[in-house]
Amino acid sequence: MSQLNIKIQDKSYPQGAKKAPKQVIKDLKITLGKDEFVCLVGPSGCGKTTLLNILAGLDNQYTGSVKLTPEQLSPKVGYVFQNPRLLPWRTVLENLQLASNAKLETLDFLLESMGLGAEKESFPEHLSLGMSRRISIIRAFATDPDLLLMDEPFVSLDPPTARQVRQLLVDLWRKRPHKVLYVTHDLREAISLADRLIFLDSQPMSVISEVVVNIPREQRMDEATIEQFKQQLFVDYPEITKLL
Amino acid sequence: MEFIQRPSILAPLSISLFFILWYGLAVFLNSDTLPDPITVTHVLIHEIQTGDLPFHLGKTLYRLVISFSIAMCLGCAIGIVLGRHKNLDYFFDNWLVIFLNIPALVTIILCYVWFGLSETAAILAVVINKLPNVTITIREGTRALDKELLELAECYRFGKLKTLRHVIWPQLHPFVMAATRSGLALIWKIVLVVEMLGRSDGMGYQLHLFFQLFDVASILAYTIAFIAIIQAIELLILKPLDKRAQRWRK
Repeated sequence: MSQLNIKIQDKSYPQGAKKAPKQVIKDLKITLGKDEFVCLVGPSGCGKTTLLNILAGLDNQYTGSVKLTPEQLSPKVGYVFQNPRLLPWRTVLENLQLASNAKLETLDFLLESMGLGAEKESFPEHLSLGMSRRISIIRAFATDPDLLLMDEPFVSLDPPTARQVRQLLVDLWRKRPHKVLYVTHDLREAISLADRLIFLDSQPMSVISEVVVNIPREQRMDEATIEQFKQQLFVDYPEITKLL
Repeated sequence: MEFIQRPSILAPLSISLFFILWYGLAVFLNSDTLPDPITVTHVLIHEIQTGDLPFHLGKTLYRLVISFSIAMCLGCAIGIVLGRHKNLDYFFDNWLVIFLNIPALVTIILCYVWFGLSETAAILAVVINKLPNVTITIREGTRALDKELLELAECYRFGKLKTLRHVIWPQLHPFVMAATRSGLALIWKIVLVVEMLGRSDGMGYQLHLFFQLFDVASILAYTIAFIAIIQAIELLILKPLDKRAQRWRK
C-alpha cells in the first residue's frame, strides 16, 4: 500500500542582509494513506500555500523530503490552485490535454461528471468562475496524480455554487480515488470533505491536532450533522479554537 | 449624417481628402518640385510597364524580408533569454543601450567599410539597427509574463517547448506584433539608406538617382508603390494574424 510521507524540517524566507531568515515551517510531519482525503485547517498566513508549493515541486528551497513509500519516489502532483489558472487562449479541452496525457474518452468522462460536457470547445474567458474552478479540478484528476493538492479551490464562490461544486468534487473523488491534501480555513467545509483533519498553528507552521472525521459520507451534506461535529470538536480539542 | 461616421466611409473619405489637398496645392504652386497626383500616377504606371519599378521594389522587399526575419528571430530569442534571466539582463543591459544609440548611418558605413559593399554587409547593417528594438520590446514582454501560469506549466511538467509555445508565446503576442509593426516601419527606411550608400539596385538606389535628376514625380511614384505594399502586408498578413490570436477574448 503506497503512502506519502511529508517531512519538512525547515522552510525559511530570507529577510534581507541584516535580519535573520523568517522560519515558516519547522519539523512538520504529515503522512497520507492510500486514497485518503486530508484537510489542512489553519489561520491565514500560516504557510499552507508555501507547503503546497513545496509539495508541488514549485519551491525547492527547504530542508526535508516528500516521498512515496515503499517506492521512495517523488509524487506526481495534480494542483488545484486558488485561482483556476487556465490558459485563456486555449480551449477547455486543450487546457486539459496540455496538462495530461489522458485519452479523449477519459477527458469526456471527467467533463461529463462535472457537468461540463458541452463546454469542451469553449475558451475560459467565456465561462463563469464556478465552471473554471471545475475545469481546474478536472485537470488535476486527468493527470492521474499520486497526490492531489487543493488550495482553497472554492473561495469567493457564492455558497450555493460552492456547495454544488464541493459535492461534484466528492462524487468525482469517490469514482476516481486519490490521495488529497485540501487546504481551507473553513472548518465546516473541511468536515464535509475530509477523512482526517489536520490543524496547523503558525509562525512556524506545526501540527497541533489531528482528528479523524467518522461521519459516513452519505451524511456529509447534512448541515446539522456537520454543525454538531464541529461543536464537539471545540469541546474535545479546545486548542483549535484560537485558529478559527 | 450617421452613415458618415462609419469606418467604411471615413477611411476612403480621409484618403480622398488627402489627394484633393495634394492636387489643390500642386495646382496652386504650379512647380516641378510638387507634381499633382495624376502626373505621379502616370509615372507610376509607366515605371511598372517598363519593369523598373517591380525590379527595384522586389530587390528592396527581398532585403527587407531577409533582414526583418533575422532581426525578429534573433531579437525574440535574446529578448526572452534576457527577460527570464536577471543576471544576463544586468550584464547586457549596457550593450543594448549602446547599440540602441548608435546612429543607423554609422552602422551602415562601418558594415560597408569592414565587410565591403556586399549584400551580406547591407543586410547585416539593417539587422544590427533593428535588433536592439526587438530585443527590448520582447524583454519587456517577457518580464511581464504571468508567473502563476509559469508555475502551472512547471507543476504540470509541460517541458520547455510546450511552455514556450502554449504559455509564453501567446502572452508575448502583443509585444511581437508591436515589434513587427514598428520594425517594418523602421527597417524599410534603413534599407533605403543602405541601398543609397552601397548598392546598385533597389529603391534606395533609384531614389538617389531621381534626386540627382530632380525627378520628384518618380520619387513620389516609388514612395506610393512602397506604401501600398506595406499597407497590403498590414491588411493581408498582420491584421488576420491579430484576429486569429485574439479569438479567445470575450
